[in-house]
Amino acid sequence: MEWFKKAKEGLISQRRKDIPDGIWVKCDSCGEIIYRKELEKDLWVCPKCDYHFRIKSKDYMNLILDSGELVEFDENLEATDPLEFKDSKKYPDRIKESQRKTNLNDAIVTGIGKINGKEISFAVMDFGFIGGSMGSVVGEKVARAIERALERRIPLVIISSSGGARMQEGILSLMQMAKTSALLARLYDHKIPFVSVLTNPTTAGVMASYASLGDVIIAEPKALLGFAGPRVIQQTIKQDLPPGFQSSEFFLEHGFLDLISHRQDLKKNISLIVEYLS
Amino acid sequence: MNGPILDFEKPIYELEKRINDLKELADHQEDDSLEGLELTREIAALEQKLDRLAQEIYSKLTRWQRVQLARHPRRPCTLDFISLMCTDFVELHGDRGFADDKAMVGGFAKMDGKPVMVVGQQKGKDTKQKLYRNFGMTHPEGYRKALRLMQLASRFNKPVVVLVDTPGAFPGIGAEERGQAEAIARNLREMTRLEVPVIINIIGEGASGGALGIGVGDRVFMLENAWYSVISPEGCAAILWRDSAKAPEAAEALKLSAPDLMRLKVIDQIIPEPNGGAHRDPKAQAQILKREILSALNELEQLKPHELIDQRIAKFRVMGEYVERGRE
Repeated sequence: MEWFKKAKEGLISQRRKDIPDGIWVKCDSCGEIIYRKELEKDLWVCPKCDYHFRIKSKDYMNLILDSGELVEFDENLEATDPLEFKDSKKYPDRIKESQRKTNLNDAIVTGIGKINGKEISFAVMDFGFIGGSMGSVVGEKVARAIERALERRIPLVIISSSGGARMQEGILSLMQMAKTSALLARLYDHKIPFVSVLTNPTTAGVMASYASLGDVIIAEPKALLGFAGPRVIQQTIKQDLPPGFQSSEFFLEHGFLDLISHRQDLKKNISLIVEYLS
Repeated sequence: MNGPILDFEKPIYELEKRINDLKELADHQEDDSLEGLELTREIAALEQKLDRLAQEIYSKLTRWQRVQLARHPRRPCTLDFISLMCTDFVELHGDRGFADDKAMVGGFAKMDGKPVMVVGQQKGKDTKQKLYRNFGMTHPEGYRKALRLMQLASRFNKPVVVLVDTPGAFPGIGAEERGQAEAIARNLREMTRLEVPVIINIIGEGASGGALGIGVGDRVFMLENAWYSVISPEGCAAILWRDSAKAPEAAEALKLSAPDLMRLKVIDQIIPEPNGGAHRDPKAQAQILKREILSALNELEQLKPHELIDQRIAKFRVMGEYVERGRE
């Protein structure tokens, strides 16, 4: 079991939970006990080890957009059940439960907002909704966000957080990768800037489509990124995974990220890039 | 017959064997002898029975049985199709950056004299070949090799024929280090921008992003018994029931067969297979596929590059199912 124990240190996301309730919060990474108010003030970054807690789509709106204001579009889009998929739960029940839990209709919020006065087409994913998975609704909302950027000739900013394509919608989820990437070809040819922001985790179908197609790609520190999940890789190759494998730092080192941005600098960095690309 | 026979194929092979035995016996009889006539009658009756049996078995295959046929050890794979459909194949190698991925093959070839670029995953049949081809599991350099060849074709105005057959993009350390996700994502965008007709053919296994990574085109054809899905049945079963042995159930749940994908409007056409599957008559299969590819190319070659690209984007733009509350 030695290899199993070792490899676990490399897995940054698996043990991470959504933000817990209570006055004191324990850091998932270094174990430091932190006063909740202080953590909130620090944008949910551990003051001791700089660990970035997972935050909600709403938190990113507040962080990135002027006055946290978003004119939301397409909030009425909802999933259907094209495969009549059932595992431990029926898919429609799983959707309803996630909707209740998150107050969102699906795993992404899209609209128009401003960043330091500059209008952008903005999309932010929410890992709390079935692991931020991309089914037809996420794909359609990303597609429309791209089209809004095209029509209004404004930059596109997408903050990703996703385990990949949504299994419950089968092949239709896979096709959302092609759909969003095809529209990004349009954006690319029209020289409209696209800034892709990767947060913990961004993997599989989302990473292998729009998240990797930014003109500039920014990641938060120590996020789990990649195509295949670490467990699948381990089962396939039957070897230890190197420490820090598939982290933001790993992908920066291998040349797949433009920069890693601390959450405190994220708005400034996006805003500057958008300015340079305009 | 060489190689393994699937459970549900057994009755057919057994009957075939009996017919062949009788035929051999008949060869040793005088044509007009009583025994000879008797044998001829019996053979004819058995052949009729064989037709009925094959019809019966293959007309109601479960999704899992189709997956098994798609993975049949004797199923024709990419290089078989290339040699059966094309002449003058010139294989081209390498991504001009890192390596030549043996799991992805490609090059110029002629189909009924028409020059095309053919690319696709190659799985390999015996153990040695399978290892050499990494079981058709592509690395990033494979996707980059495919893209390089497709862009070459686009620049020199040759249509692209893609043959998809992969159990998935390879999940490994090197694959991540060299940007598996980036390679696939880039292909999705850049295949959209190709200025020549692109015909995608799912000939065997179409596993997830590994398949889609060379899967964007103007027409998507799928062989009758191929499968194409967001995740392999084994992967799905491992996630849902923590037991990859439940792959048959997962195959049903995922709706991964050609008729399913036709209904979900993901593919344009089902390419019929010879009775019993592509492996029963690879030559006939290749002819059927070639005819459909050439007919699609004839149609698409009437379009200007920007029309092709517009239609390609529009084709994928409408995929997916959702409701807009309050607007029904």
